[in-house]
Amino acid sequence: MTSSTHPASTGSSATSSTATVQMLTPDGERLDLDEGRRAELEQAVGAEALAHAAALSADDLLGMYRDMALARRVDTEATALQRQGELGLWASLLGQEAAQVGSARAAAPQDRLFPTYREHAVALVRGVDPAHVLSLFRGVDRGGWDAEATGVSPYTLVIGSQTLHATGYAMGVQRDGAVGTGDAARDTAVLAYFGDGASSQGDVHEAFVFAATYQAPVVFVCQNNQWAISVPSERQARVPIARRAAGFGFPGVRVDGNDVVACYAVVRAAADRARAGEGPTLVEAFTYRMGAHTTSDDPGRYRPSVEVEQWRDRDPLARLEAHLRRHHGVGDDTFAEVAGEGDAMAARLRRDVLGMREPGHGEMFEHAYAAPHAHVEADRRWYEEYVAGLEHGGPAADGEERA
Amino acid sequence: MTDDVHGTPGEGGTTQRVTLSRAINLGLRAAMEKEPKVLVMGEDVGALGGVFRVTEGLAKDFGDDRVLDTPLAESGIVGTAVGLALRGYRPVCEMQFDGFVFPAFDQITTQLAKMTHRTRGAASMPVVVRIPFGGGIGAVEHHSESPETYFAHTTGLRVVSPSNPVDAYWMIQQAVESPDPVVFLEPKRHYWDKAELDTAATPYPLHRSRVVRPGTDVTVVAYGPTVPMALRAADVAAGEGRSLEVVDLRSLTPLDLGPVEESVRRTGRLVVAHEAPTFLGLGAEVAARVAETCFFSLEAPVLRVGGLAVPYPVSRLEEEYLPDADRLLDAVDRVLDT
Repeated sequence: MTSSTHPASTGSSATSSTATVQMLTPDGERLDLDEGRRAELEQAVGAEALAHAAALSADDLLGMYRDMALARRVDTEATALQRQGELGLWASLLGQEAAQVGSARAAAPQDRLFPTYREHAVALVRGVDPAHVLSLFRGVDRGGWDAEATGVSPYTLVIGSQTLHATGYAMGVQRDGAVGTGDAARDTAVLAYFGDGASSQGDVHEAFVFAATYQAPVVFVCQNNQWAISVPSERQARVPIARRAAGFGFPGVRVDGNDVVACYAVVRAAADRARAGEGPTLVEAFTYRMGAHTTSDDPGRYRPSVEVEQWRDRDPLARLEAHLRRHHGVGDDTFAEVAGEGDAMAARLRRDVLGMREPGHGEMFEHAYAAPHAHVEADRRWYEEYVAGLEHGGPAADGEERA
Repeated sequence: MTDDVHGTPGEGGTTQRVTLSRAINLGLRAAMEKEPKVLVMGEDVGALGGVFRVTEGLAKDFGDDRVLDTPLAESGIVGTAVGLALRGYRPVCEMQFDGFVFPAFDQITTQLAKMTHRTRGAASMPVVVRIPFGGGIGAVEHHSESPETYFAHTTGLRVVSPSNPVDAYWMIQQAVESPDPVVFLEPKRHYWDKAELDTAATPYPLHRSRVVRPGTDVTVVAYGPTVPMALRAADVAAGEGRSLEVVDLRSLTPLDLGPVEESVRRTGRLVVAHEAPTFLGLGAEVAARVAETCFFSLEAPVLRVGGLAVPYPVSRLEEEYLPDADRLLDAVDRVLDT
């Protein structure tokens, strides 16, 4: 189960000595089902997490594969759309599919998830239409999905801010009496997503303090993708990020973030703890950002391509595909079917993006406040008159001569 | 303080003489009794009752679930309040002192202020951030700041400041009822000012300014701690045969300049007073707007009286720094001499 061979974990002895929980190996073998490894794994993550992994059916595993494959296909299409000038920016999730799909699938329908700006697979799992994610990057809106219906809060672009929102939301859950009742449909956990870079933010540390103080039902899901744009995680963390949890007074565990089974099982157990009123957990999903930070980034300036190649051997989809083929008799037809579904989703997404309406200028004045505000209304009136003036012989617009 | 600044008297209401601190306490208590989703959170707001005793007794009466002694982390206080609001709660956050709001600045300006817009109205943010502000109490550094411009400049926030106990009682309740985040600035040097409070009176609207002393010669605009100062200046001026009309802004955003413009059209002269530095202070905005709307009524340039372009000084110099009645009357002389 422990792996000390991650290429990016060699920066310090503290990092390389940390146990990283793995259940599905890069070769596609299940360690948690190996009698010789179970005791060691159980000591690391508890019997509950192992039971959750063991309960996964072939259909569940195929469902995970499908989610990851669709997310990757959406990601590829979004990158292409950005390159073609249809999106202003795209933050690729390539390589992080297992961490996102595993954790999101661990959440119950009533749970609330607070993403960063890269949780596209989390959104997909929760039923968010990918077009509603891309509309943010096209500049049409701030993300068009319904947070209440999907349980996914809006993307947050200030690094780490959302961990406090998640903690506060969890404090509200406590006040609603929605923890520790034993009612599986009522007890609620909150998942707070953030990255290795965010782990340096004061807000993240304050979220840890508040969550620990109030024993709030939060699972902190840190996707350590090794790179905060150009700065490697070992330059920001002298100890494994998961180990920081101990200093705040709650459990922390590092899982192989490219292992969807471990990510699911460990987050599921942590969410169960949260729902039972046993407080927060930090799960560090040790993964890798295979692509650039965003489409505006050039990782060739700061990291060697050999590192990327090493991580390619740990690909989260390839290992689950190998496992499904070898142990569950899933064949070419099924994988082709999933690929076809992905292509259809990508085509639909492309059509939706190209067909997105342009926001009307009136929209910028909407919802600045929940109740009418005199300054907003005055500027709206002025702007409407100004625009009307342009249309009726005001200053030339779009290069046309004044009428 | 004259009685006409207070709410319309109600019938059969209980009238009591209260300090400004106590008035906010009573207002919070009323808000919490009315709406179970209202929470009070901050540093030392529980057993201690806050360093200015504004939350005294609330933890005892409403319990730890509704009155939260938080960890000492201002960003954490406001950030978790945002999350609580997303879950349907109405948190009232206390920043212990004005100078300590800045660790929460990001959560206030980039999260709290923008969440409603970001969610296209799906999530409202009924959060109040209470800040004791202003100088004059002989404090050490960071305990006498006037940070209102930072917040008034951020769309998505509402910013108000009561100048007297009666307004404080009503305005805190109105702030709690607002569906938008409200930065509530409490003039800390006046926490122990007393006034007769009739809790059955009809409150004045939150975002309306009002004439608190009628006059004919010069219009004086003030808010928070400069209102009592302006009223003292008006008394002095009256003794010298000069009639000052004092307008209490009460709301810094939205601004309600109707009463100011009506006044300036009569007096032709305007002085704006606040403790915050004059550069880019509220006075600059008031002056610009009045210049636009009352240009042909003005008999003199609009003058501002405020803090100086220096860091807030050591306490033994603060009375030199702070605008006082003398400085206000000096400005009055100048607009009258024009």
